[in-house]
Amino acid sequence: MTKLLKIEKRNVSSPYALAGIRIGSIFLALTIGAIFLIFSGHSPIETYGTMVDGAFGSTYGINETIVKTIPLLLATLAVSVAFRMKLWNIGAEGQIYAGGIVASGIALNFGHLPAYILIPMMLIGGFLGGAIWAMVPAIARAFWGTNETITTLMMNYVGILSVDYLVFGPWKDPDGFNFPITKEFSPAAFLPSFGNTRVHMGIVIALIVAFILYVVLNKTVWGYELRVAGENSTAAKYAGMNVVKNIILSLLVSGGIAGIAGMTEVSGIIHRLQSNFSPGYGYSAIIIAWLARLNPIAAIFVSFLFGGLIVGGYAVQTSGLPASIALMLQGLILFCVLGGEFFTQYRVSLDQRFFAKKEAKINEPRYCD
Amino acid sequence: MNQDIVISALSAAVIAGTPILYAALGEIICEKSGNLNLGVEGMMLIGAVCGFKAATATNNPWIGFLAAMLAAGLFSLIHAFLTITLKSSQVVSGLALTIFGTGLSSFIGKSMIGIPAPVKFEKIAIPFLSKIPFIGPVFFDQDLLVYVSYLMVIAVWIYLYKTNMGLKLKAVGENPAAADAVGISVSKIQYIHVFIGGVLAGAGGAYLSLAYAPAWLENMTAGRGWIAVSLVIFALWNPSRALIGSYIFGGLDILGYRAQTLGFTISPFFMKMLPYLFTVGVLIFISAKKGNRNIAAPEGLGLSYSREER
Repeated sequence: MTKLLKIEKRNVSSPYALAGIRIGSIFLALTIGAIFLIFSGHSPIETYGTMVDGAFGSTYGINETIVKTIPLLLATLAVSVAFRMKLWNIGAEGQIYAGGIVASGIALNFGHLPAYILIPMMLIGGFLGGAIWAMVPAIARAFWGTNETITTLMMNYVGILSVDYLVFGPWKDPDGFNFPITKEFSPAAFLPSFGNTRVHMGIVIALIVAFILYVVLNKTVWGYELRVAGENSTAAKYAGMNVVKNIILSLLVSGGIAGIAGMTEVSGIIHRLQSNFSPGYGYSAIIIAWLARLNPIAAIFVSFLFGGLIVGGYAVQTSGLPASIALMLQGLILFCVLGGEFFTQYRVSLDQRFFAKKEAKINEPRYCD
Repeated sequence: MNQDIVISALSAAVIAGTPILYAALGEIICEKSGNLNLGVEGMMLIGAVCGFKAATATNNPWIGFLAAMLAAGLFSLIHAFLTITLKSSQVVSGLALTIFGTGLSSFIGKSMIGIPAPVKFEKIAIPFLSKIPFIGPVFFDQDLLVYVSYLMVIAVWIYLYKTNMGLKLKAVGENPAAADAVGISVSKIQYIHVFIGGVLAGAGGAYLSLAYAPAWLENMTAGRGWIAVSLVIFALWNPSRALIGSYIFGGLDILGYRAQTLGFTISPFFMKMLPYLFTVGVLIFISAKKGNRNIAAPEGLGLSYSREER
């Protein structure tokens, strides 16, 4: 049957065209978001204006945006490593909590050590915490092909509940007025901040991790293996690559980097462990990674924009909108970018045959009957 | 342990399992068409908030229930459009559906947080059946939506195994190219069943906000949508196994809240982890038992079908 639209396979490879489609998709998402706002009785221009102004309009706003960029970027880098191998690590959120737990445990028990020993210990601890959290899904996926999307996701809830257990139970601050928090770390466990701002050394750590990953993924044999195994695991096996080892390794590194995000949050921002300290950075990371096409350098910029989106979300709360508007927009952006992907692979045009249908029918050779 | 306590715990397990059961039945139907929709969590939240809103506005819980199903069904069409028409990654689209659904539901529900539902589904004992010792109070002294879920299990079973449409559905899920070749419209079948999956997820969400805990809370599904997705694997895409699985998960779910009355001294936080840890354990167990999964999963699950590339 001839249809109105003709769809042909193609493959856009020009980076400008790809970027154009992506930017267009984001605009479409913002337009749909605007329609939602109008229906709920809010002015979209005013709302978006408040968001942009809140996130980028002042030094304070930009500082807060950078503060949010740190965990977002680390979590994005984390999931990107796994996504390269087509492993859906949806568990960055839980791995952030696990990293936060181990780092806090070290800070609370070794607070007397000097910062130059304590901070590296917490960093390594955070990495290990996240890696441990990814371990069961990694092993199960590598040996039995267990669906890692669901196992990593289930571990998120376990991670959140583990923090709850600790801050309501054994680690609870006796002087905390019954709040679910631990006592404050000793100052040696604080990641240093820049000047009087809340922006802390975590941004440097995140940028270093981004750079290392860029080099590892693009310039090393292992990075090449990950890419090949992600594209075609059968081909990778024939080429003599150890796919089982790579699955485990990439998921553990992925979890570990997310764990660092937990460490920088407790050590750089809240200076203690607290219930629900990540408001879903691990989930936003999935969207950012997708938008950045798993490129660690692009992830820096997209994370910064999403940091702004979250800060802007808080800014509109004063006008009676929920901060979840930021989450809604993130979902919309992902939808539109996903849809936009179609146009990188297919060319859509009006099918002339649709209009010439009658004529074509007459001239059509008939083989069947 | 007192027998009354056990009966009341099992009865609560049925209630806690019901939203998961609805969602899992929907996901079974959806996946049978070869479409993997990981957006169950988001669809349930949309169902929960829209159902609550409609029930509050009309003072009628049934209108709420129907509105929830319609809203979540329409919501699932976003996923259908992206994955069937635009051939996007089903995994990512499902995740987007969950993220967007979480945001949208709290956007819609902002003004309703903390309001108790003016109407809800009350318990109605079925005459005679509820008098059966043990089984009666556990299964037949519940609210109407629980009874509807029993009927739904039977209906889905008949639909999948005894109807022409069920046959077409399985053909599309197993081998879309072959189904296409015999004249079945693959995308039409997939659209319909993604929609039905959304409708049933919405029913599960409405159960939460209109019967289980009659109120609206942000993120009130708390991972039940994801548990429903894994339950489908546990149930090997079979509705009757989904029924049993739901009640096991329901039982684990309420253990977290009833641990003390049942005589457990472990921290309630650990008890609340049980359904999630159990899910992980079950998934590993099933995949380690090789072959089992491969027989049951629709062959074309997770792949987009493109006519041109046949």
